[in-house]
Amino acid sequence: MTATSDREQMAYVSAQAADARVKVELDTGDMTLNIGPQHPATHGTLRIACQLDGEQVVVAEPIMGYMHRGYEKLCEVRTYPQCTTLINRIDWLGSFANEVPFILAAERLMEIEAPPRAQWIRTILFELSRIANLALFLGDMGVQIGALTPVFFAFRDRERVLNQIEEVTGGRFHPNFDRIGGLKDDIPKGWIEETRSVMVKMRTFCDEMEDLLVGNEIFQARCRGVGVIPPEVALGYGLSGANLRASGVDWDLRRDANPGLAWDQVDWRVWTHPDGDSFARYWVRLQETREATHIVDQLLDGIPSGPIMAKVPRIIKVPAGEAYISTENPLGEMGYYIVSKGDLGPFRVKIRTPSFNNISIVPWVMKGVYVPDVITILGSLYFILGDIDR
Amino acid sequence: MTDETTIEETPPADDQRERLLSDLSDSLGEILVESHLRPHENIWFRVKIEAWQDAAMAAKSAGFEYFGFLSAIDWHIAPEGRYEDTEFDTGLVEEDDEPVEIDSSTGYGGGDTRFQMLMQLYSLSEQAGVILKADVGDDMTVDTVREIFPGADWHERETHEMFGISFRGHPTLQPLYLPTEFEGHPLRKDFPLLARQVKPWPGVVDIEEIPEHLEAQLEAEVMAAFESNEGGS
Amino acid sequence: MTTLLALPYWQETGIKLGLALAVIPTTSLILVYLFLFKMMAFMQSRLGPNDTGPYGTLQLIAEAIKFLQKEDIHPEQADRRVFRMAPVVVLASTFLLYVVLPAGPDAVVQNLDTGVFYAMAVSSLSVLGILMAGWASANKYALLGGLRAAGQLIAYELPLILAVMGVVIQAETLNLQGIVEAQATGEIFGFGAIGNPFILTQFIAFLIFMIAAQAELTQTPFDMPVAETELVGGFHIEYTGFRFLLFFMAEFGTAFAFAALASVMFLGGWWIPGFDVDDNILNVLGPGVMLAKILLVAFFIFWVRFTYPRLREDQLQKFAWKVLIPLSLANIVLTGIFKVVF
Repeated sequence: MTATSDREQMAYVSAQAADARVKVELDTGDMTLNIGPQHPATHGTLRIACQLDGEQVVVAEPIMGYMHRGYEKLCEVRTYPQCTTLINRIDWLGSFANEVPFILAAERLMEIEAPPRAQWIRTILFELSRIANLALFLGDMGVQIGALTPVFFAFRDRERVLNQIEEVTGGRFHPNFDRIGGLKDDIPKGWIEETRSVMVKMRTFCDEMEDLLVGNEIFQARCRGVGVIPPEVALGYGLSGANLRASGVDWDLRRDANPGLAWDQVDWRVWTHPDGDSFARYWVRLQETREATHIVDQLLDGIPSGPIMAKVPRIIKVPAGEAYISTENPLGEMGYYIVSKGDLGPFRVKIRTPSFNNISIVPWVMKGVYVPDVITILGSLYFILGDIDR
Repeated sequence: MTDETTIEETPPADDQRERLLSDLSDSLGEILVESHLRPHENIWFRVKIEAWQDAAMAAKSAGFEYFGFLSAIDWHIAPEGRYEDTEFDTGLVEEDDEPVEIDSSTGYGGGDTRFQMLMQLYSLSEQAGVILKADVGDDMTVDTVREIFPGADWHERETHEMFGISFRGHPTLQPLYLPTEFEGHPLRKDFPLLARQVKPWPGVVDIEEIPEHLEAQLEAEVMAAFESNEGGS
Repeated sequence: MTTLLALPYWQETGIKLGLALAVIPTTSLILVYLFLFKMMAFMQSRLGPNDTGPYGTLQLIAEAIKFLQKEDIHPEQADRRVFRMAPVVVLASTFLLYVVLPAGPDAVVQNLDTGVFYAMAVSSLSVLGILMAGWASANKYALLGGLRAAGQLIAYELPLILAVMGVVIQAETLNLQGIVEAQATGEIFGFGAIGNPFILTQFIAFLIFMIAAQAELTQTPFDMPVAETELVGGFHIEYTGFRFLLFFMAEFGTAFAFAALASVMFLGGWWIPGFDVDDNILNVLGPGVMLAKILLVAFFIFWVRFTYPRLREDQLQKFAWKVLIPLSLANIVLTGIFKVVF
């Protein structure tokens, strides 16, 4: 009797031990995968620490600061015209668009206004830098999910736009062309016709992208339903630009809070998409690029005559006050909160960059997606690293 | 095309902002300290620091549900100045009719303490924005608003490392940009910009002095160019 | 079949071995130059290499020398022996595949009776090497890549074999030479001048074969094990220099071999209409015909590669199990019915 019970007890114990072993063996634990800092999908030095369960992401935490240059601090020890040199380098793919809100905020505080001609040319250059920036996204998104060809088309055609920007400003990437009170120079002769033909080419480029990617079944399979952001979440996180509009929120600062540029003089529309997924974000940006070429076309028709520079003092001192001006940049809402104390330079500049807010949604949106989707979502949220880190 | 004169000529927009101002003032009630309005711009509200969360909540329920940014201002005057004490710059101050006084004012809406919180929100339906401010007390602590606006999470982390302001209820106040072992809060005005102290920056002399014998000639050239441009296309 | 040359066994084997050793680098070089350099550049509206040699043809030699010069780096934590063996295993599977590829009535290294079976078995060996590389690199990206390759194995290997089954049933042989003969002597409704290339009767099988081969070769849209933009190269992320070159050669050598298999099984192989199947002249003309057909098939493989984005792993599984496998099973059933009825 005791022998059997002993045996039973032993059997029970060994069964328990076996169970425990199996449990230990089956508890595989999560793997931490560092996507970045050197990774092609982060185009820059962003690091995303992913906790993986198999190929599924449990937690994704972006880690940045690899490129933090402290622009807010540096702006405090520079004069206003010198700040634009730094500001150019925040979103380096759409540099001219970075300068505009800063200059506008300074102008608002000084209560001067650039002449209409300068405003129109500003708007044209703004839209050109939007096209140059978004064209690269349109191709890059393809390469992120494995299609190699679109990105070469994008580089080829973006060059045309950069040439136009260079012809006016002298700089392909960092024009530093905007001045408080107007622009540095007028547009060169023959530029308007050239730009028109470039716009035609850019529309062809958009059509190509539509054929190559938007209509592609695999692209749709990879992007539709991936990284869905509902509108209320998008608002709470402060998403801006095409990311917000792809969630169905009809909000475009060019139309809704125009700080004085020529967008209200032309006929254009704001594109939105109800889905809020990666495909919607791509689609909205594609439409926006096309729309921007139409805006440029219309603006080219009606550049008013007149001076390109208002009368401003040689030494620029901005009166005391505070101003927050933001514009709809290629990546989203970029704004500058300038606190002035009447000095040569700003007292404090808070730079509100679109990518910072756009990427802050990453931990929320990447719960439970697969590793390939991490790349898709990162690509579709579209960030520039200088724009996150400042 | 919004210059100051046209703004004064278009009162409807002002009406809208004034209405928003009074509405929000009512809902904020006694937690509102001061407000400021500039036509066609954001509306400034300064609220009590204890009610920072309530103010965010009130603004959200009043339709300001789009989160712009959150940051802080250090109103302290930097002990090193703006590193502008070059010969040219000091000479400039003397030349001026009214010398530049160090302004100790604290912006729109006023402020009593050194640090001030800053938050910008949009209302999509009204197409207007508000800027909420609050004076940070000596305990350097504010309630977090990340439950109300999830996007504030990272902004609060950034504010924490840059200004040293703590956020009550924020679970992960780790540094966002700076290395973990970094000491100090860079955006405070008393945080020295070491590179500048080691080597004075020549770039402060932004505009070179034009030699006197050339000044009149240059001025005439500029004016001629200006006038010819005004007539042309 | 008459033999072209009567040589002792060891001489014959020596010649064949030497040929195979020469053929594999050459074929992968041809594919890389023609498609990866020139065609891809043309499709993407940019210049291919054009400085080194006439039309940049010597670029490949330069690349090979570059790879040979590079330092052979082992990751510190790597399982060294497995790490070194992996590229050899992958390349060995490519070499073994060439054994049964016929280029003429006698121009074949070894005419196995179970040629199709052998080819399918040997080609799946490369996954073993990939898995070894993924594991031994001690790198998470490589591990993910290796696991993806292993997970992909069944998803495409099954449709591949099932698609070939249709051909085998129609040809009534597993011998690749027999399949060529069956196509050469076949007739389309009594019209036998061009034989009966199985692409006509086995079109569905051909499509499935090509799709599955794309996955086997880890070409886009099924290049998840490599996935440059997410896994940064996947299983070969840690390989440098010559070992990377081995992977590279194996990839394109296998692409060539699969294009050859497709042309043998579906496009009539080395046979030229108007000749007898065992005409000796075909031993000379056959390789040329095969090369032309292989390049045509490879063109499609690479065309797809440059055009399409990459699928996700679960989407491939879904596609394989819900579409490819039922379709290939239906194809087998249909082929069987037709075989019995006619």
